[in-house]
Amino acid sequence: MNGGPTSTQPSASSIAIDVKGLTKSFGGREVVHDLSMQVKRGEIYGFLGPNGSGKTTTIRILCGLLTPDSGEGTCLGYDIRRDADKIKRKVGYMTQRFSLYQDLSVRENLEFVARLYGMPDARGAAADMIARIGLKGREEQLAGELSGGWKQRLALGACTLPNPQLLLLDEPTAGVDPKARRDFWNEIHALAADGLTVLVSTHYMDEAERCHEIAYIAYGHLLAHGTVDEVIAKSGLSTWTVTGEDFNGLMAELTGKPGVDMVAPFGTSLHVSGRDKAALEAAITPYRDNSKWRWQPSEPSLEDVFIDLMGRSKDNFQG
Amino acid sequence: MSATDTIRNGEEREPAFGFWRRSYAMLVKEFIQLRRDRVSFAMIIIIPVMQLLLFGFAINTTPRHLPTAVLLQEDSDLGRSILKAMENTAYFRFTREVHTVEQLDELLQSGKVLFGVEIPRGFERAVRRGDKPALLVAADATDPVAAGSALGALGPLVQGALAHDLHIGDPPEMPFEIRAHARYNPAAESRLNIVPGLVGTILTMTMLIFTALSVTREIERGTMESLLSMPIKPVEVMFGKIIPYVMVGFIQAGLIIGIGVLLFGVPVLGSLTLLGLLTTLFITTNLSIGYTFSTIVQNQLQAMQLSMMFFLPSILLSGFMFPFAGMPVWAQYIGEVLPLTHFIRIVRAIMLKGAAMPNLQYDTIALAALMLFAMTVAVTRFRRTLD
Repeated sequence: MNGGPTSTQPSASSIAIDVKGLTKSFGGREVVHDLSMQVKRGEIYGFLGPNGSGKTTTIRILCGLLTPDSGEGTCLGYDIRRDADKIKRKVGYMTQRFSLYQDLSVRENLEFVARLYGMPDARGAAADMIARIGLKGREEQLAGELSGGWKQRLALGACTLPNPQLLLLDEPTAGVDPKARRDFWNEIHALAADGLTVLVSTHYMDEAERCHEIAYIAYGHLLAHGTVDEVIAKSGLSTWTVTGEDFNGLMAELTGKPGVDMVAPFGTSLHVSGRDKAALEAAITPYRDNSKWRWQPSEPSLEDVFIDLMGRSKDNFQG
Repeated sequence: MSATDTIRNGEEREPAFGFWRRSYAMLVKEFIQLRRDRVSFAMIIIIPVMQLLLFGFAINTTPRHLPTAVLLQEDSDLGRSILKAMENTAYFRFTREVHTVEQLDELLQSGKVLFGVEIPRGFERAVRRGDKPALLVAADATDPVAAGSALGALGPLVQGALAHDLHIGDPPEMPFEIRAHARYNPAAESRLNIVPGLVGTILTMTMLIFTALSVTREIERGTMESLLSMPIKPVEVMFGKIIPYVMVGFIQAGLIIGIGVLLFGVPVLGSLTLLGLLTTLFITTNLSIGYTFSTIVQNQLQAMQLSMMFFLPSILLSGFMFPFAGMPVWAQYIGEVLPLTHFIRIVRAIMLKGAAMPNLQYDTIALAALMLFAMTVAVTRFRRTLD
């Protein structure tokens, strides 16, 4: 862990997001609790966590749509409390729910955004973006009539149109097919290569692995952060992969045994994980000689780590 | 597998009272939703109570104590007796005393008084001589309802009151003649009064609703989140949402006035340019108020209800349907804060009386003040965050 990217202190100018102690409550319920994070410029930062974990709220605080109850910080060097107007000029925010005008065409939506940001040639900028996101031929179609994948492209196009320095994407690929998802991520990587910082929230583990760094948030608490490898290493989880047949009985027997914290089927194999390596080995010993199954020590997957974190945080914060 | 199960189970007997159970389920759900929507709930109470109170207490179709100006060309006992007799009829209330015919005309034209009484020079002497001189009563007949009953009462009532003062026999031979002159609308045609009023009423209704829905629509469709994340200021949102409808309103006003002139023969005696300018001001005022509503309410239904609640007193208390001067003072105060009241005075004065800007200053300033007030509230109420 020593020498990892998080332990070296980057210079201020190389940090896009730097917030400390963010807290936000709605109607007495704390949605974000004492959250601190740093995102370096030019990085793709994945924001993971279960539904209702505070991801959207955090993103909204970062772009000035919500004011935190306490905490402070900067976004692109601007104070998130005082300089919301300046932040809005340089940040593109893609909302979780499609929030462009459904009754405007693709071109009209983009031209609206371009004009709002005072771009000198709104028509030209919109036309360029239509070509870039591959919506040529559909520019006169109403946004509301587009399919999910096209809507998502249009939304990405709209928030990158004014050349922002930071993109905040809130579950941009929810409900989008795998091909569109892959194209979308290729685009994100291309944008990051041009120097854009991207903060993206997601549920998908494969997407997390496409990020330079990730943070895991549950019940408003930031539980882990770092590169994917770091997060897995820091989890302290030991995992055995079981291949063979008739997992149902094995799953039922292992679940709840002391030392076994998690049993999860992965296609034709089973992941058995525990935080205490010795206890886990003791627990599985009686089954290891059974010829039905083949046991192999393995790395926990990111999903294993997150499910484990989520289970633990539930115990800690939800009583 | 499960799909075929369902199909087979579908042939099972339906539970008893299925129709009533499902209707009941729907009914319970509707009641819960209604209870949650506090604004709708309040409207259920407020709208009927407000209507009842306004119709019951504020509206008076035989208005009394109407503002009247006096032009006394001579100071005589007889003159004072006549004025006293007029006031005793309870129809007239002398609010101004003027010294020239021009001043009297100006007051009538600007709508500050509804009647002008002129007692000419040498009136008393002429009465004593038995010349039967004329007492002039000029009435603003733009609103035939307001002027009609007072004018009708004028002859007999004044005569009766005077009979006592002047010691003349009963039935008396009137020693003077009352010459009533119904100005602006001599034939007492109500359409002359209603068409200009309709310009204001229709504009109030349509303009309010256009903007009352504008912000709530953005919130309900989810587009507000995008909009707020972009660098736009509340004033800019407001102007962007109001200005298109100013043009819509202008076209609408042109249509109503055009039909009024061509089809109903309503005159436009004053300046058409002035009418256009002040109509634009009125349109903008209504749009601003509608926009303010949309920054206050939570959804489109509430916006409609709030517009209704504003529209109702506008119709009843503005002088559109019922004479303004005949309302009790408290109702007149409410009327003064409604833009329609001021616009109705303006539009009637310009179209029927040929009034010019100097006559309309007060109402113009009132409209502008209401507009600025609404805009200020809207801009401060506009939520810049999703908090």
